This record gives sequence, C-alpha cells and structure tokens, in this order.
Amino acid sequence: MSEAAAPESVTMMDAPIRLTYSYTPGVAQSEFLRALTERRILGQRCSTCEQVYVPPRGMCARDGIALEGTFELPDTGVVSGFCIVNIPFAGQAVECPYVSASITFDGADIPIFHLVQEIDPAAVHVGMRVQAVWSEEPQPSMQTIRYFRPLEAADA
Amino acid sequence: MREVAVVSFAQSPTTVEDARSEVEILQPVLHQAVERSGIAREQIGFTVSGSCDYLAGQPFAFVMGLEAVGAWPPIRESHVEMDGAWALYEAWARLQHGDIDAALVYAFGKSSTGDLPKVMTLQLDPYYLAPLWPDAISVAALQARALLDAGAHTERDMAEVAARSRRDAASNPNAQVSGDTSADALLQEPYVSTPLRAHDCPSAGDGSAAVVLAAGALAREVAERPVWIRGIDHRIEPHALGARDLTTSASTRIAAAAAGASSDKIDLAELYAPFSHQELILRDALGLNGQTAINPSGGALTANPMMVAGLIRIGEAASRIARGEADRGLAHATSGPCLQQNLVCVLEGE
Repeated sequence: MSEAAAPESVTMMDAPIRLTYSYTPGVAQSEFLRALTERRILGQRCSTCEQVYVPPRGMCARDGIALEGTFELPDTGVVSGFCIVNIPFAGQAVECPYVSASITFDGADIPIFHLVQEIDPAAVHVGMRVQAVWSEEPQPSMQTIRYFRPLEAADA
Repeated sequence: MREVAVVSFAQSPTTVEDARSEVEILQPVLHQAVERSGIAREQIGFTVSGSCDYLAGQPFAFVMGLEAVGAWPPIRESHVEMDGAWALYEAWARLQHGDIDAALVYAFGKSSTGDLPKVMTLQLDPYYLAPLWPDAISVAALQARALLDAGAHTERDMAEVAARSRRDAASNPNAQVSGDTSADALLQEPYVSTPLRAHDCPSAGDGSAAVVLAAGALAREVAERPVWIRGIDHRIEPHALGARDLTTSASTRIAAAAAGASSDKIDLAELYAPFSHQELILRDALGLNGQTAINPSGGALTANPMMVAGLIRIGEAASRIARGEADRGLAHATSGPCLQQNLVCVLEGE
C-alpha cells in the first residue's frame, strides 16, 4: 500500500468529564471560615512546637499531633514575600500590574496568600506592614478579605 | 525473605462524615496505630500511604495526609494512588532491604463528597468505555450477570453472602451496615441494577486505617504475638472488560499460589469483595472450603471506605490472629473494575 493511501489518523476526540463534589473543609477550617463572616481571623497554636497556624488545620503538620482550641488574631500583618503580576490571563479579576503576596498575620507563623493594593506595586517590599480590607458582604471565604492595604506604621 | 510482621492496626468507623476532612479522619487513627505498636516514631524508617485524589476531588489531597504524620524532621515517604493494601506491599518490600526495621502504612478516603459510582467511571478505559459513563454499579452488574449465566451460582447465593455479612457486621463497631436478616428477606427487595439489589452493593463511606509493620527481632520485642506475613503477591489482568473472563479471577488464583495460600489450612479469610457476587468469584479462585471462616468482620459489603477497605482486610485478619482467635489467615485486596487487580497476603501468628 502506498503512503498516500494510508487512512488519516484520528487526532482528536471529545470526552467531557463533569463531577460534582461537596467540599468538606473539616472541623478546624470550618471554624476559621465561619469566623471570616464576622470579620475575625482565627489561629491555632501547637502545644509542642508553639507554631501558630492560620488557618487552623486541626493538627500540627510538623509534629503530627491533634490541636484543639483557636484564638483570634489581629487583621494586621507583614508582607513576607511577593511578586508583581504583569501578564494578563483569562479570568483575571484584577488589572495588571498587581501584587500577589505572602502575608503573615501578627502573631502567626504560617503566611497566607493574598493581594496587596492601594499602593504602587513598585513600592511594595518584604517587611511592609499591611492590614486586611474587608468585604461589605462577608462570606465563609478568603474573598471576604478583598485585599491588604499598607499600614502607615513603620516596617516590621 | 526477611520476616516481617503486622504489629499493630487501627481503623476509624466507616461512616458518612459530615464535618471532618480526610486528614482529620486519618490523624487519630494513625496515632493509635503507632502508639499501639510500642515503636517510637523515630524508629519508623519508612512511611507509605494509599489514597485517591479523585475521591475528595482535590488535587494533591494525598499530600495533606502527611500533616497527620508530622513529617519533621523530614522522613522517607511514599504514596500509591491505590488501596492501602498496596502501600503495605511497598512497605513489606522496603523492609526486605534490611536497613530499617519498622514501617508505617496508612490509607484514607472520603468518598461521600462526590458521586462515588460516577467517580469510579474514571478508572475505565478513557477512549472507548469511560465516554459512555457506565457507573461502577452497572459495571459490577455486568459481571454479576455473566456469573449467573455461567450457571454455577444463583441470586440466592449472592443474598446468602449479603445476609451473612450483615449478621457478622453486627459485632463490628466499625461497620456501616449491619443487621439480623436472611437471604429470603433480602430477595424480596427490588433490583438496583439487575441482577444487583441494594444489599449486593457497598455503601459509600468515609474512613481511614493504619498498620505498623516490624521485622524480625523488633516485632518479637514489641508484640505479644507478632502476625507474620508468610507470603504476599499481587497480579493484574487486562484493563478492557471484554478482554477477560469476568466470571473467574485468574489474578487472584495466581497471587494466592505465589503467596503460598494453598499449602496449609486457612482459619479465616478476609476478602475485599465490595459486591456480593465478587465474594463467590474469589472463593472459587482461592478454593476456600467450609474450614475457612469468610469475612468474620462483615467484609466490604458492610463497610467499604474506598482506598482503605483492602488494608482493613489485612488489619482485621491480623487482629484476630494476634488475639489468638485464629492461627493462619488470608487477606485479599482488589483494585480496578470487576476484580481487575488482586493482592493476596498470607498471615500467621507466632
């Protein structure tokens, strides 16, 4: 058989997959998410290594032990790392350039990730103190914090 | 071969967990197993787990499991996207190296977050079968139909398996389904997917289990009665359902022979048969006769936490032997549609 007579390969097929899940955040993170609706930040301290987890996870990832009880932290913290996003992508919620940062709440040891706004991206730096800007309609979601804004106080 | 024993086992009750996350279900069980082993955490040279991200619907869900372990200072760790019984196989193989003496095996799964029979469709051939979306119950029903048509078993045999499992599960606090019932009563129930009735199928449940393995002298030191793994083997059959005889299980038969299951009397067998007809197929493949108690725990028909139920078979058999209720047992685990892959483990008390 000549090469020209070979049948054309199938190179594409559609096989759509759709599955619906009911996500279970767990006991510790449910408490955290509920507190967000009251504009409160909850943390959990390990009784062995004393690290403070935000959000609480019900256990210490370092020691593997179960943790109980939560306590409230202020909504202020420190930028412990950041990047400036310059490349637009589909579904982007914020206009470029913008700052994505790891932020460690005052009294916490584990940073969370969020946006830093109300500042020229070029002026953002590690060690900068920031405060949460809360949504008018709090939900059990991290989006209840809209972003973090710089605090006028001196750097950490 | 280096002697390796099961020295402790712990499991969570199988149930639909509304509040706890996968890792919150796992954490207390994992620590119970380590505590019961009498082996210090720093003496555990290898940790391996079995779970599946598709169950919780969360990428890298298996990494979360490590939060329950407390992997600091950093540990030697591995994971299989399979039932925990295969994680135990990896731990057993790892212990053969001879440089470490203890290993921790755990499994966890939260099936209730999704539609489990549909989630299971994703394990089928992605080009020719999965796009048709046969769910796990329907696929098992095809196998049950083929078995009945082969003539050696009846719907009553299936109902007998289900009734016995439910009665045995009444004394198992970790079972999800139990009750004093009879085959006659069960046969009055309507079909779910012919020829399967509800009692022929497992419920979707959440759970976790953990096992500590120890080698030679350490096992004898910490355990009153170490339960030795005398043989362990697993085999797999073709993926395409049409490419194999669904009414028999060649992989189980070969794995059992390789594990040395036929050489002596077996007091009890814990078989991972999530569907009633699959127990009939497995009993035939293993040549089990009236001398062997089958699934005294109630088996997977009464508690089927996905990714965990196979490891529970090993743990249940080992626990009974450790307590002196039996001397020699067989534990079986399966994976894939219609008993595609099978593991057989022969256990014996000191």
